[in-house]
Amino acid sequence: MALTFPRILPVGDAALVVEFGDRIDPEIHRQVLALAYALEREPFPGLRETVPTYRSLLIYYDPRQLLWDEARERVSDALERGTKIPLPEPRELDIPVVYGGEFGPDIGFVAAHNGLSEADVVRLHAGSVYTVYMLGFAPGFVYLGGLPEALATPRLRTPRPSVPAGSVGIAGLQTGIYGLSTPGGWQLIGRTPMPMLDLCRQPPTLLRPGDRVRFIPISVEEFAAWQRSDGAGSP
Amino acid sequence: MALEVLDGGWLTTVQDLGRPGYERYGIPVSGAMDFFALRVANGLVGNPPGAAGLEITLVGPVLAATEPCLIAVTGADLTFQVDGREMPMWMSVFVRRGSVISFGGRRRGCRAYLAIAGGIEVPPILGSRSTYLPGRFGGLDGRSLQPGDRLPIGPVSGHLPEQAGRRSPPHLIPAWDDSPTVRVVPGPQDDHFIPEGLETFFRSEYQILPTSDRMGYRLEGLPVAHRRAEIISDGVPPGAVQIPPDGQPLVMMVDHQTTGGYPKIATVITADLPLLAQCVPGESRVRFRAVRVSEAQHAYREVMAALEQWERTGVG
Repeated sequence: MALTFPRILPVGDAALVVEFGDRIDPEIHRQVLALAYALEREPFPGLRETVPTYRSLLIYYDPRQLLWDEARERVSDALERGTKIPLPEPRELDIPVVYGGEFGPDIGFVAAHNGLSEADVVRLHAGSVYTVYMLGFAPGFVYLGGLPEALATPRLRTPRPSVPAGSVGIAGLQTGIYGLSTPGGWQLIGRTPMPMLDLCRQPPTLLRPGDRVRFIPISVEEFAAWQRSDGAGSP
Repeated sequence: MALEVLDGGWLTTVQDLGRPGYERYGIPVSGAMDFFALRVANGLVGNPPGAAGLEITLVGPVLAATEPCLIAVTGADLTFQVDGREMPMWMSVFVRRGSVISFGGRRRGCRAYLAIAGGIEVPPILGSRSTYLPGRFGGLDGRSLQPGDRLPIGPVSGHLPEQAGRRSPPHLIPAWDDSPTVRVVPGPQDDHFIPEGLETFFRSEYQILPTSDRMGYRLEGLPVAHRRAEIISDGVPPGAVQIPPDGQPLVMMVDHQTTGGYPKIATVITADLPLLAQCVPGESRVRFRAVRVSEAQHAYREVMAALEQWERTGVG
């Protein structure tokens, strides 16, 4: 079935979704961010919030102010504007990570699965620049695109009941960071001492969709020093 | 001024109307499952609609009033009592200092709401006092009520005994069905199902499994057949009905994950979310009826207009 994108679909009575494609792709994601940005710069009355994801933008609106036809109309207008305004330059952030050991208990599995040494995993993972595609699943969980294919590893067969906040994991061709301690099934290769989620901050997360991220390997001692200097800000 | 918790009940949490605006950061809205019942309770005690109250699940708590207070209980009928005497629901009730609020047993529904004049003034997190249990934040240290807790109450004005006896107009007291038919808007991924799958979904009755909670309702019944069982993860609103590969529907409730990778066959309309909130896991069954977006939006406008007119004027 061939579909034409972008397409606008109703999602219940208080939201609609704009789908830009049906695959994970940097250009498709750029279009998602462009629409989110256009709506942020010029929100229409009744717009509540937008949720950017890999290939679509979920848009909440107030059905008491706008009916579906009107909301679709406003979004179509914003789609046109979005293609004309340039997106702001992406922010670039370095995230310190302790790889392996108790901080990344699955690094050995990821290495063996891909026929690499643990040092290769660190070199490859810290050698790439990633794009924040979206936040979701749990508060502050960051989905990153750009994982080298040599590191792709399936999820754990059985999820862990608790994954510490700041854990850096791999699932298939994705890498991600846990914002707070939750159950989780990603292969854990390291952990950052940098708080990803701070409920007293606006916005509450360090990273936002569109940001560029690089991981910087640090030692266990540096991790401890980080936590002493910054640990007060964590939730 | 406080309420002292002698017994937390089965699952009692502080909830208001939730923290919208943070889904793009992965933070769900949370808030009262039956937003309608909470708002009526707040209206009865003279609170603004968004004041924080208690969401009481199946088995009620035991609370002692350290000061005189004005309360109202709406939603599920759990046999609301003051000092061991049953009191009317959907009405403001004056409670003397030292009196004990308790619940005698469940008659119908799943979630009762207790509002108290002044509201429960736990510290707001991102603009809301709602408890988000999986994230352990909001409400009372992100958890349910435990014996020994003290719930701080905001300031009140006027002579409280005089404000007792205010009743909700009958049309604001919903008549629920233990096993309701809820209206849904099909999509956004209804094209991921074969026609027989869609027919199964709209023709069958589904049991609400005991593992259902504020994050989501797990249903069991005839499996819904897919065309494609996976999508690239995208945004998930409250009320979304996801169909995982086993074909058994999952309905996303207020504490749901903000993104997900299962196709969404339909979305429960906002006006009918309270019906689902009052279904009892392990007992209730549910059916789905497709409506157009316009019908869903008119239903929501009607419900909210009636509620807000009463909130504004005190007349139904």
